[in-house]
Amino acid sequence: MSVLSFLGGLTFPRGIEPPGRKDQTRKQPIRRLSFAPRMVLPLTQHFGRPARSLVTRGQEVSRGEPIAEADGWPSVPIHAPVTGTVEGVELMPTARGPKTEAILLRTAPGDSQVVRWSRERDLDALSRQELIEAIQDAGIVGQGGASFPTHLKLSVPEGYAIDTLVVNGCECEPFLSTDHRLMIEATESIIAGVRLAMRAVGAPEAVIGVEDNKPDAVAALQQAVAEEDAIRVVQLKSKYPQGSEKMLIKALLDREVPSGGLPYEIGAVVNNIGTMAQLGHLLPRGEGLIERVITVAGPGVERPGNYRVPVGTPLRYLLEEVGFEGDDPSRIILGGPMMGNTVAFLDVPVTKGISGVLVLPEGVGDETDRPPTQPCIRCGRCVEVCPVGLNPAELGRLAAKRQYEAMEERFHLNDCFECGCCSYVCPSNIPLVQYFRIAKSLNRERAS
Amino acid sequence: MRPRIEIKTSPHIKEPDTVERIMRSVVLALLPVCAFSVYQFGISVAALLVVTTVTAVLTEQLFNQLSGRASTIGDYSAVITGLLLALTLPPAFPLWMAAVSAFVAIALGKALFGGLGYNPFNPALLGRAFAAAAFPEASSTWTQAGLADRFTEFLPSTLALPFMTPDSVDAYTTATPLAEWKFEGQIATETWDLMLGTIAGSAGETSALLVLVCGLFLVLRGAVNWRVPVSVLGSAAATAGVFYALDPAAYPDPLFVLASGALMLGAFFMASDMSSSPVTPAGIWIYGILIGFLTVIIRFFGGLPEGVMYAILLGNAAVPLIERIAQPRMYGLRKRRGQ
Repeated sequence: MSVLSFLGGLTFPRGIEPPGRKDQTRKQPIRRLSFAPRMVLPLTQHFGRPARSLVTRGQEVSRGEPIAEADGWPSVPIHAPVTGTVEGVELMPTARGPKTEAILLRTAPGDSQVVRWSRERDLDALSRQELIEAIQDAGIVGQGGASFPTHLKLSVPEGYAIDTLVVNGCECEPFLSTDHRLMIEATESIIAGVRLAMRAVGAPEAVIGVEDNKPDAVAALQQAVAEEDAIRVVQLKSKYPQGSEKMLIKALLDREVPSGGLPYEIGAVVNNIGTMAQLGHLLPRGEGLIERVITVAGPGVERPGNYRVPVGTPLRYLLEEVGFEGDDPSRIILGGPMMGNTVAFLDVPVTKGISGVLVLPEGVGDETDRPPTQPCIRCGRCVEVCPVGLNPAELGRLAAKRQYEAMEERFHLNDCFECGCCSYVCPSNIPLVQYFRIAKSLNRERAS
Repeated sequence: MRPRIEIKTSPHIKEPDTVERIMRSVVLALLPVCAFSVYQFGISVAALLVVTTVTAVLTEQLFNQLSGRASTIGDYSAVITGLLLALTLPPAFPLWMAAVSAFVAIALGKALFGGLGYNPFNPALLGRAFAAAAFPEASSTWTQAGLADRFTEFLPSTLALPFMTPDSVDAYTTATPLAEWKFEGQIATETWDLMLGTIAGSAGETSALLVLVCGLFLVLRGAVNWRVPVSVLGSAAATAGVFYALDPAAYPDPLFVLASGALMLGAFFMASDMSSSPVTPAGIWIYGILIGFLTVIIRFFGGLPEGVMYAILLGNAAVPLIERIAQPRMYGLRKRRGQ
């Protein structure tokens, strides 16, 4: 497909190859986590406007029924993850820190917890727009971490024609293996989801990219699409950040999304494999998104694995269930170790976009025990790994001099998507990405 | 007391390599070169290495204290400067001159610019250039390798007292292979001898083969950007090859050019100094090609037999200019409309 394929497999230029660290969980089948006695469902679990609560204190709800509705188009509804009683709608802390409104549910003890709500539709009879509305009704958001409402992503703006639906099965973040397990255990749902998404965007073709550290997943998917002409499964060389939209498009289609633009402009739409699994599972049943698979791993976890976790499960409950008794939030990371965030409190819930919960040891080993920052020695490693082709060394130098405008105007600061490759390789241990985040937000502040 | 909430930012994992580890591996790679030099030239070179290294480290510490910053001698970069400076000096170089040169290398070449990472020139080469300017005679007096009493006797000029003219050392002096070609118009040395290092020259510019092996270790270790030696050596060989093809009688062959003088040492250990070379891959190619080309032009047409030092210093000086044009190509860059 491109000149890149001659060295060890298809991929994008540059990037890094951190140790995968997935052995702890990748061979373990998905297990169900028990229901926490109390669930916390923030009305903002997605990118866009918060959902509007439909319930009142004391109301009984059944597992699966909508408890909050979408507030207009850029929003999604929320469904009850358990049968139980509404305890109230209150301000609760979230993983990012600030308190937001959340619905509190008391789980009905002794209930069988089967899904008791669905909205049957004849999917084949739906128009493209009706299909997209059905996806919104299911409350589906991107499962890779960004939590962007899937119906928005699948709504192709007027004037653009999509030729390929790109599906991200890379899971390039170390430790995580939820997508890996889904590709093996939920293969049929994934393919069904891909077909629905192709219909929604009007793409004649789909291509699923999977990294070569998951040969069993590649084989499972390939077998599932053996009879399909329109869906291809392509094995990619394992490299971070291949799962980012722009890099995956480069690796699979050898196209580049224009700076500041969206994939629509080059005829592509990218979706995560976990999102496809949700789509293919929920839509035919007419159900809403109430649980997801999460990798719980890291040296601090006694029973690591992939768990099917009801959305709204408090993090503290989840961690107790897997045998972590610690109390230090700074050791807990939501998402992968490259782009995930530490949490401010353990009393925050699992939300729709969280793909992993990692417990990293405290100051043990080379990887987390960071030596102090030293001056840049201009080794150029950051330049060699930046997948976007930026000059992080120069950006870092300008950040230290507080020349934030020059960073944006002359060195394309806004094209940085904060993958962290530069910080990962920097031998001087300069927190480059953090500099860039600060510079971007200061620039935004000045602009507004 | 620990803060109640500690929020760390991503990425939460880190490649284990550090500045200390990189610098330490450069020191490690220089040790065989130093050892062979001592074997060839004896205790005079041993003393030279000790004096320049100790002076460099002490100077670094002095400036740390003057500027009130934490000690930086633990990063090994001053050690590298000291070792490299000694390796560029003639074996019989008076020790007091070596100490002054090492002081200048760190003080003027590094500390004044802000220390590690901020030096626009390779500090060791700045010190060497100072030596060439301040002590021209001692800087260009060479000793034959493998003298019988080299492990028991210092070369006479080594222990010269400060500010005294060194004793005549005619009995020991000889011409380097490059100087023989330059001033006597003939190549009197087999290229194989250049490779093995049984020749006269500066302390570290003897065995091209040994320097090559140690340099390759650094490239494999990731402590030297492979583009630097490849571009410098490739460019020097190509430039020399063109002249050799035009007139084989007047110019030496490319292999002689590569193996003689300090080119190998310069390509692997000096032009590769990270602080004073470009940070982008495209910039490094331009920089390396420039250095290789200038080296050969100075050797063939300049007044000096050896041009590596000035070629690298000129390359260092060109870095800001090179980086203006050699930035990486960005993903998805749009052509600017109307500009």
